[in-house]
Amino acid sequence: MSTTVASVSAPAELERGSRLGNRIFYLLCLAAALSIGVLLVLVAYQLYEGSHLAMKQFGWSFLVHSTWDPVNEEFGALPFIFGTFVTSAIALLIAVPLSVGTAIYLTDLAPLWLRQPLVSVIEMLASVPSVIWGLWAVFVLIPWLRVGLFPLLQKWLGFLPFFRGPIYGIGILTAGIIVAIMILPIVTSVSREVLRSVPNLQREAAYGLGATRWEVTRIAVLSYARRGIFGAAVLGLGRALGETMAVTMVIGNNPEIARSLFAPGSTLASVIANEFTEANSNMHLSVLFELGLVLLGLTIIINIVAQFMIRAISSPETRRA
Amino acid sequence: MSVAANHRYRKFKNGLMNTLAIVCALLVISPLGFILFYLIRQGASSINWAFFTNLPAPVGQVGGGMANAIVGTIELLLLASTVGVPIGVLGGIYLSEYGGERMNDWIRFWADVLNGIPSIVWGIVAYALIVLPKLPGFSAYAGGLALGFMMIPLVLRTTEEVLVLVPRSYREAALALGLPQWKAITRIVLPTALKGIITGVLLAMARVAGETAPLLFTAFGNSYWNRSLSQPVAALPLQIFNYAISPYDDWHRQAWAGALVLVGLIFCLSLSVRFLSREKR
Amino acid sequence: MHHPMTPRMNEEIKPTRLNPPARAAQPSAASPSAPAVPAGPPAFDVKNLCVWYGAQQTLHDVTLQVPTRSVTSIIGPSGCGKSTFLRTLNRMHELVPGARHSGEILMLGQNLYSPEVDATVVRRRVGMVFQKSNPFPTMSIAENVLVGLRLNGLNDKALLRQRLEESLRMAALWDEVKDHLGRPGTSLSGGQQQRLCIARALAVKPEIILMDEPCSALDPIATSKVEELIHEIKKDYTVVIVTHNMQQAARCSDRTAFFYMGKLIEFDETRTIFMNPANPQTEAYVSGRFG
Repeated sequence: MSTTVASVSAPAELERGSRLGNRIFYLLCLAAALSIGVLLVLVAYQLYEGSHLAMKQFGWSFLVHSTWDPVNEEFGALPFIFGTFVTSAIALLIAVPLSVGTAIYLTDLAPLWLRQPLVSVIEMLASVPSVIWGLWAVFVLIPWLRVGLFPLLQKWLGFLPFFRGPIYGIGILTAGIIVAIMILPIVTSVSREVLRSVPNLQREAAYGLGATRWEVTRIAVLSYARRGIFGAAVLGLGRALGETMAVTMVIGNNPEIARSLFAPGSTLASVIANEFTEANSNMHLSVLFELGLVLLGLTIIINIVAQFMIRAISSPETRRA
Repeated sequence: MSVAANHRYRKFKNGLMNTLAIVCALLVISPLGFILFYLIRQGASSINWAFFTNLPAPVGQVGGGMANAIVGTIELLLLASTVGVPIGVLGGIYLSEYGGERMNDWIRFWADVLNGIPSIVWGIVAYALIVLPKLPGFSAYAGGLALGFMMIPLVLRTTEEVLVLVPRSYREAALALGLPQWKAITRIVLPTALKGIITGVLLAMARVAGETAPLLFTAFGNSYWNRSLSQPVAALPLQIFNYAISPYDDWHRQAWAGALVLVGLIFCLSLSVRFLSREKR
Repeated sequence: MHHPMTPRMNEEIKPTRLNPPARAAQPSAASPSAPAVPAGPPAFDVKNLCVWYGAQQTLHDVTLQVPTRSVTSIIGPSGCGKSTFLRTLNRMHELVPGARHSGEILMLGQNLYSPEVDATVVRRRVGMVFQKSNPFPTMSIAENVLVGLRLNGLNDKALLRQRLEESLRMAALWDEVKDHLGRPGTSLSGGQQQRLCIARALAVKPEIILMDEPCSALDPIATSKVEELIHEIKKDYTVVIVTHNMQQAARCSDRTAFFYMGKLIEFDETRTIFMNPANPQTEAYVSGRFG
C-alpha cells in the first residue's frame, strides 16, 4: 500500500470482495438467529410426527382415558396429566409463598452486606442438577418423611381422603416437595427482579405517610408488582411441569391415578423417562411421543404466558426481562 | 382501637412479617446446606484414585469407578459446544449488530420460551433425528446434539447481552478505518467482548452438564470405554441415576461419589465464571 | 483573541520524520499561513447536500468546496449540523438507521455516493478521528496503529514497522511510546490516546483526515500538541476539523465554514470569517454574542 492516490483507491475486486464478505457473514448470522424458530418448528414437528400412529388410533379420548396397559396396547394419558398437575400444584403451593417471602426479604429487609451472599447461595441452589436432588431425596428425604413428617400429617389431616392410605415414603406428595425445592431458586430470583423494578417513588410515598416497613411492602410494592410475581409463579409452574429425573426417582412410577397423596403415581415426564427405552412396540413408542407432545404443548403455553407477564411488568423502565 | 394501641398492633405485625420473611429465606437456602452436607458425608470417602481411573465393575461386584462416565461427560460437553456455541454466538451477533427492534424482541421471546421447555423433549427430538433412523443410533453424537440444542438459546441470549455493552465508538472507529463490517465485528467487537462470551458459554455448559433426561435415550450409557462417537457413551448424571435406583449398596455409595464429582465440576465452572466476571478490565 | 496570522511560538520546532511520504510534488507555499491553491480537483466538492434522519432534516442545501492540502474548520453552535456534515464526507452518517440524503459530493473528482462505490473503500481514503479517543482495548499501542493495515491484508513486516514509526512520529507520539509499544493502547493518558488514534488513522495513508472535535476531551497542553500536529500534516493531507472552539479554528485552519441550524451560512478564508465576516449571523457568532 504505497502512497499514491491510485493505489489506495482499491481495485474493483476489493470493492466486490468486501461486499461479498459482508453479505455472507450477515446471512450466517441471520440463519443462526432464525435457528430459534427452526428449533421450535423442529421440536413440534418431530413430536407430532412420532405421535401420528397413536393419534390415529386413539384420537382425543386418549387424553381422558385412564388405563395404561402396554401389554394389551391400551393407553390413556389421564393418570399422567393428573400426576403432573397435582405434583406441580403441590410444588407451587409450597414454593411460591416461600419464594416471595425470600424475595421481599432480599429486596427490602435484609441488611446490605447479607444480600449478595444470599443471592449467590440461591444461584448455587439453582445449579444443582435434578438427578442429584433425586439422589438426596431417595436416601435422605424419603426416610425422614416416611418416619417423621408423613405420619404426623396423617395424624392431623387424616380426615381428608387424600391423606389416608399406606405411607411408603415415595409418592405424589414427596414428588411435589422435591419439585418445590427445585423451583424455589427461579421463582425467588424472578420475584426479586420484579420487586427491584418497583420504582422507589412508590416506596417513598408510602413511607412518607408513616407506614411501617411491612405496610410499605404490602401497599406500595406488592400490589404494584402483583402481575410480575404472578408471572414468576407461572414460570415456576413451567419448570415444575417438566421436572423429570428427581420426580422419576421418588414418585413410584405407578401409571394410575393416585387415590392419596402418599400413594405412588406418575407424571408425563416421569413415564417417558421410565418407559422410553423399554417400549417394545411401535404403538407404545408412539404413545410416549404423544405424551411428550402433550407435555410440550402444556409447557410452551405456560411459558408464553409467563414471558408475557414478566415483560409487561418491566416495560417502562427496563426492556430486558 | 386507640391510636397507641393501633400503633402497637401495626408494629407487632411489622415484626411478625419481618420474622416470617427471615424464616422464608432460611427455608429457601437450607436445602443447599443439607445437600452439600450429605454429598460430602456420603461421597467423599469413596473419592479415590481408583474412582477416577477405573471402569464400573460388573453387576454386584464391589469396587470399580466412574472413569468412563467422567470422560463421557466431557466428550458430550465438547460435542454439545460444537453445536451450541457457533450457532448461539452468531445468532447473538445478529441480534446485536444487525437485527431490527421488532425482530429482536421476537427472537428473544421465543429463545426464552425455548429455555423453559423440559429437557427430556430435546432427548426425544435427538432420538427421532439420530437414533431412530440408526444414524448411527444410540451414540455420543445423539447425546451431544440433544445437549447442543439446549445450549443454543442460552448462548444466544448471553452473547447478545455482552455485545450490546461494547461501546458504539469502537465500531465506528473500525468502520472509519475502512474495515468491512464483518471484519469490524469479528476482529474488533468480538475480541472486546470475548470474556463475556466465554462466560456465557461456561454458564451454558454448567447448566447442561448435569442434565440426565436428554441422555436417557440418546447417549444411553455404557459400562465400558466409548471407542467412537457413534457408540453409546457413559455420562456422570446417567451413571448416578442408574446406580441410585439400583438395589446394590456399593453402587449407592458410588452414586454419592459421582454426585460429588458432578457438583464439583459444575461449581468449578460457575466459579470460573465468577472469577472471569470480576477481573478488572 | 490570538491573531491567526501571528507566527506561532513553536513553529520552528518540527517533529523529526523518518521518510517524508512520497506525495505528488506540489509547488511549495510561499508562506506557511497563506495556502497556495493546489492544482487538481478539490478534496470535496459538495453540491446542494441535504440530509434527513428519518423525517427530520438536519442539513439544508449545503454547497462548498474543500481544497486539498489545507485545513478547513467547521464551526457553529451545538446542533447546527456540523458533525452530520462531517460524517457525510466519509459516508459514516449512513450507519444511522433512517438516514438519507440528496445532492452530490465529489471526492477528488469522484462521486462519493455512486452505486458502484463501496463505502468501505471510501473510508480507507478518508480517515477519521473522534471526539473521545477510542483505542481498541484488546490491542497494544503498536497493534492499534497498524490495525487498519493488517486487517486489510498488509503483512510485510518491514513495511509495517516503517509505517508504525512514521505514523507515531507524525502524531508526535513516537518518543513517548517507542520503548513500550507492547503496552495496551488504553494504558496511555487521554491526550496520548487521542494522538494514538490520530496515528492509527494516519497509518493507512488516507488522503483526507476528518476530525470531529478531537480536542474537546483534552487538557490545554494535549490540545496544543494536537494542533501542532495538524499544522504539520496539512502539508501532505487535507484536514477537515469540526470544532466548537472558535479560537482553535482561528489558530489552525486556512478556511472556515460557519453552520447554523443545518445551513451553511458563510464559508471563506479563516481570516475573513473572523476579522470581517460578510454575514451578520457569522459576526454575531464569532464575536460571542451567541453560541
